[in-house]
Amino acid sequence: MEGSKVTVKDLSLFYGNNQALKNISMDIPEKRVTAFIGPSGCGKSTFLRTLNRMNDLIDHVRIEGEVLIDGINIYEKNIDVVNLRKNVGMIFQKSNPFAKSVYDNIAFGPRINGIRKKSQLDEIVEYSLKQAAIWDEVKNRLYNSALSLSGGQQQRLCIARTLAVNPEIILMDEPASALDPISTSKIEELIHELKQEYTIIIVTHNMQQAARTSDFTAFFYLGELIEMNTTGIMFSNPARKQTEDYISGRFG
Amino acid sequence: MKEMISAGTGAGSMMGRPASFSRKRFRFSDWFAEKFIKFIAFMSIALVALIFIFVFREASPVFRMDAVKKVVDQSLVPEVYGAVPDQPVAEAPNHQEASAPDPATPGIKPSSTLLSREWMPVSDEPRYGLIPLFLGTLKVTVIALLFAAPVAILAAIYTSMFARPGVREFIKPLVELLAGFPSVVIGFFALMVLASILQNLFGYASRLNAFVGGIAMGLAALPVIYTLTEDALTAVPKTYSEASLGLGASKRQTAFHVVLPAAVPGVFAAVILGLGRIFGETMIALMATGNAALTSLNPFESVRTLSATIGAEMAEVVFGGTHYGVLFLIGSLLFIFTFLLNAVSEFYIKNLVVRKYQSRK
Amino acid sequence: MNRNLKDKLIEGLTGISVLIIILVILLMLFIIVKGGWSELNWRFISEYPRDGMTKGGIFPAIIGTALMTLIMTMAAVPFGVITAVYLAEYANERSVFARTIRFAVKTLAVVPSIIFGLFGLGFFIGFVGKDMDALFRGGELKWGQPNILWASLTMALLTLPVVIVSVEEAIRTIPREMREASLALGATKWQTILKVVIPGSGTGILTGTILAISRGAGEVAPILFTGAAYYLSHIPHSLSDQFMSLGYHIYIMSTQSANVDETQPIQFATTLVLLILTFSLNAVAVTLRYRIRNKAK
Repeated sequence: MEGSKVTVKDLSLFYGNNQALKNISMDIPEKRVTAFIGPSGCGKSTFLRTLNRMNDLIDHVRIEGEVLIDGINIYEKNIDVVNLRKNVGMIFQKSNPFAKSVYDNIAFGPRINGIRKKSQLDEIVEYSLKQAAIWDEVKNRLYNSALSLSGGQQQRLCIARTLAVNPEIILMDEPASALDPISTSKIEELIHELKQEYTIIIVTHNMQQAARTSDFTAFFYLGELIEMNTTGIMFSNPARKQTEDYISGRFG
Repeated sequence: MKEMISAGTGAGSMMGRPASFSRKRFRFSDWFAEKFIKFIAFMSIALVALIFIFVFREASPVFRMDAVKKVVDQSLVPEVYGAVPDQPVAEAPNHQEASAPDPATPGIKPSSTLLSREWMPVSDEPRYGLIPLFLGTLKVTVIALLFAAPVAILAAIYTSMFARPGVREFIKPLVELLAGFPSVVIGFFALMVLASILQNLFGYASRLNAFVGGIAMGLAALPVIYTLTEDALTAVPKTYSEASLGLGASKRQTAFHVVLPAAVPGVFAAVILGLGRIFGETMIALMATGNAALTSLNPFESVRTLSATIGAEMAEVVFGGTHYGVLFLIGSLLFIFTFLLNAVSEFYIKNLVVRKYQSRK
Repeated sequence: MNRNLKDKLIEGLTGISVLIIILVILLMLFIIVKGGWSELNWRFISEYPRDGMTKGGIFPAIIGTALMTLIMTMAAVPFGVITAVYLAEYANERSVFARTIRFAVKTLAVVPSIIFGLFGLGFFIGFVGKDMDALFRGGELKWGQPNILWASLTMALLTLPVVIVSVEEAIRTIPREMREASLALGATKWQTILKVVIPGSGTGILTGTILAISRGAGEVAPILFTGAAYYLSHIPHSLSDQFMSLGYHIYIMSTQSANVDETQPIQFATTLVLLILTFSLNAVAVTLRYRIRNKAK
């Protein structure tokens, strides 16, 4: 594979005694979209959350193996998780804007990074919103509550909020699962734009979405990585029977 | 704060890429905030300990009046007293005040009168007999509990089992309203109104007595018992009552033979907390019980409770004197008792509740 | 006995219990309103007591109560909020430390109010105040006696659990997604608490504060000998002054005054004022709490 951004080696995750992820290894290429698919409960979201150590927040979780980002194992002792998350942004299944204005939502990240100057914040807010293709819709209501936006707008706002921190990798956990088809296609277009600059990893249960948006696809089943390849090959000529069954809709 | 590496494109030109994560950074504000918050939280523990220490400390002179006298003779050399080894030295001034006006007759240790049947703290020969106070407290508590517990538990059963939802939404805030009555208001009501009503009804001699005080304190404890019982009843899994009703039991049978037994530990905890509320209630006791330290079992005679004794007499005692110490001793007893009640309901009963539901899973 | 009849009887008994409670509440309200209504007017609220407290108003008691609860709030709310933040955000529920704190808070909630009064006397007045006088004033008595500061701090201890419980409940209703959103943007835990958690529990903090004020305004036992005064011709000017309080005024007027019968209207009216104060505060708190719980759903 071409230049890989993330390398996972033999990763296992346990909830107490229950093993949720089993010896996963993979390479995720830079500035490409990689989709994780699989039936619900297969561990794809859990796996996504290991990439920015979001699982740290959950009790009883134990992780074995390595996740290398730019060659650095993020599970090493001396890792700065706060800075890690600035480098690896995340978009959640349910859009989660803060109960603040549109402007303050976007400025949240820059502000916690110590940027105070209004002109600089203005510039970042405008740029991020443009990048997330939502500027035209909200430029006249920057100081209205973000909660007054529609669901699809809220999700793009969350993407803009993440872009404002300027991460290198963006994790998306079923970002369009709660949205209508029009909003979904807007998000998909956006993903297509963003991969010019960002490495994007998207979890989805929607196979058409994976096929439309991603360059690479990984199929998970019962906590295992069954198969990973370019999206084209995965959807036309998968190597494993399970993958074929899932993609052709025979289960899940 | 941040390395400004230009990434050439995108927001990078304004923001720079985020700082590297390869080495842990020390963030002072986070470190300090956590330590500070933890310290403040720890203060609640320290507070309970301080209450213990200071209430006991002021009570301790009662048990060493003789020793205090000796200290005075030896011109106030601070010394370590046998019973209380880790006394702060700072309390020396108290001893001066303590010894001088102490009217205790030589030969009788004030502490030896604690178990007598006379509470006469301001006579020439003071007697600090706690028995009438204990008895008074017990009488009032029993009366209050006999009134409040059944009414509160039955009302809670009605609310959670029999009442229609609309009615329930009406009853619960109303009982919370009762919880909002300051005890001085309940005391005032008992003193002005309830005492007369009950006297007319039962025709006893002394207008203010254990019975009036008990009923009034019951009113204060009612919402406590009611709310916690209601919680305990609602916490019983719906499947229990559904199963019972499904087998053809009536609502009443289900309530009393299935749901109530399952909620017994919770109801017990409710009663215990209600008991704690009654036991320590001061203003109602001061205003409605008549405040005579009699040793009698008649519920229609005046009583003086432990907490009311503190409330009534503390303002008039000599700071640091024997009487002062005895009042603090009473406080210590009240504190220990409520502490134990709370510990029992917290640890023992909670475990029972947990085990009960777990074992029936 | 016929099962149906027995069901009806017992169900009726539980209904009667509810009725008893309702009747007692209505009776109390009715009698207090009836007894105090005629006396309650602007002059009663705004005037000082006159003629040995047999006439005049309760202005200093109202101001005293307000000042006391204000100082109490300034002490109890920051402590309570921070403790709640610890319990909700930092505490590991299984750790002995966190469980001890929880137990301590519960203990503070059930300790009889008179014990707080004793503690205030023994600690604030007898220990802190006396030592302050010894250190700074060469033993001249100023802080080593009852005053509004010590009474307010004593009351703050009593109302601390009220604040903690309300604020913790509010913090716990903030969805996990909000915390995750903040953390995923690279905010530290403290930044998340400061910018997401605490702003999000503003209503809860307000509720806790109001409940604490309502509780503190009505309690008398803790201030009996830590600062409340029988009668003052002025409102407190400094923290070392004593103060009059509504609850204490009711107690004194109804039990210690020379003319208990003559001053009955004043007593009822004072009680009515205190009730109106605590009930309106409670009503606001209940409404706010209801909103928080609904938002959480």
